[in-house]
Amino acid sequence: MTGPGAEWLDEEAGPIVRSYALTRGRARPATAEPFDMITIISTAARPRSGSPGIGPEHLDILEMCLYPQPVAEIAARMGLPLVVVRVLLGDLLHHRLITTTRPPPESALSKERLLKEVLDGLQAL
Amino acid sequence: MVSKRSDGAESVVQAAAAPPPAPVAVKILVAGGFGVGKTTLVGAVSEIRPLQTEELLTDRGLGVDDTGGVERKTTTTVAMDFGRITIRPGLVLYLFGTPGQDRFWFMWDELSYGALGAVVLADTRRLTDSFPAVDYFENRGLPFVVGVNRFDDGFDYTSAEIREALDLGEGPPVVLCDARDRADGKEVLTTLMKHILAVHRARRRSTAPAL
Repeated sequence: MTGPGAEWLDEEAGPIVRSYALTRGRARPATAEPFDMITIISTAARPRSGSPGIGPEHLDILEMCLYPQPVAEIAARMGLPLVVVRVLLGDLLHHRLITTTRPPPESALSKERLLKEVLDGLQAL
Repeated sequence: MVSKRSDGAESVVQAAAAPPPAPVAVKILVAGGFGVGKTTLVGAVSEIRPLQTEELLTDRGLGVDDTGGVERKTTTTVAMDFGRITIRPGLVLYLFGTPGQDRFWFMWDELSYGALGAVVLADTRRLTDSFPAVDYFENRGLPFVVGVNRFDDGFDYTSAEIREALDLGEGPPVVLCDARDRADGKEVLTTLMKHILAVHRARRRSTAPAL
């Protein structure tokens, strides 16, 4: 790489610089949503072309989450660190382009039903 | 949601086709010392080849690194492998391997948040490596089982001996397994789920209001 600032970009810096360039230096999402690893992300809407602050990586996430995906799978499939994906997701949530689903806080009874279902499912494998 | 929009609407979004309903996702952790076979176990039962997710960390707040002589970087990557088992349409189980190195303990808090339970994978040649994970889950009150990965050159301990060595008391089950084997992995997970159910029921009984 040449040009102004090239002295800062060696091989070691490469992926780090790219990661934070994607988030424009931000390490925290714009929203309060914590984006747990298994929070499911669903695409709610597509941005109008040329929406400010929406880049190719945001669009990749929206494409991927037409089929709802957990945060961990989005990060793994995009090959981006979680911290970066969380910032991108925060942007998308801020623009109301995605919805998030976390396991609802359950009553003790429904939790038992859930645990039983997981056990039965594993036994049936 | 389909709505007719007149031209010149100010909205910056276009409604997408109704997405499939989001599944309920639950997770189980697979913990243990470095190189004990966590990813192998995850891969044996997962319906997908294990995926890897990474977290970037700065050195600040990290404990002492055990890689003496290696130059310290200001940013470190922690990799976590995970797999997936679809229990039924709409219910998905994720299995997360915890980072093996001691200095990534704080990642465990995030990983264990909301987890159903954990598997502590142990290697009989290095049983002490599983102490930290056992302590962690005991302190957190997260139900766990100990899976003893039988390496060819490992020691042939009985599960009772393992239980005593790890000071497990009567609680967590111990399962001997081959982490490469799908049936064994299934056995470890079903044993864990039965244990989680038992713990859950016991806690319900102890917290139920007296009539």
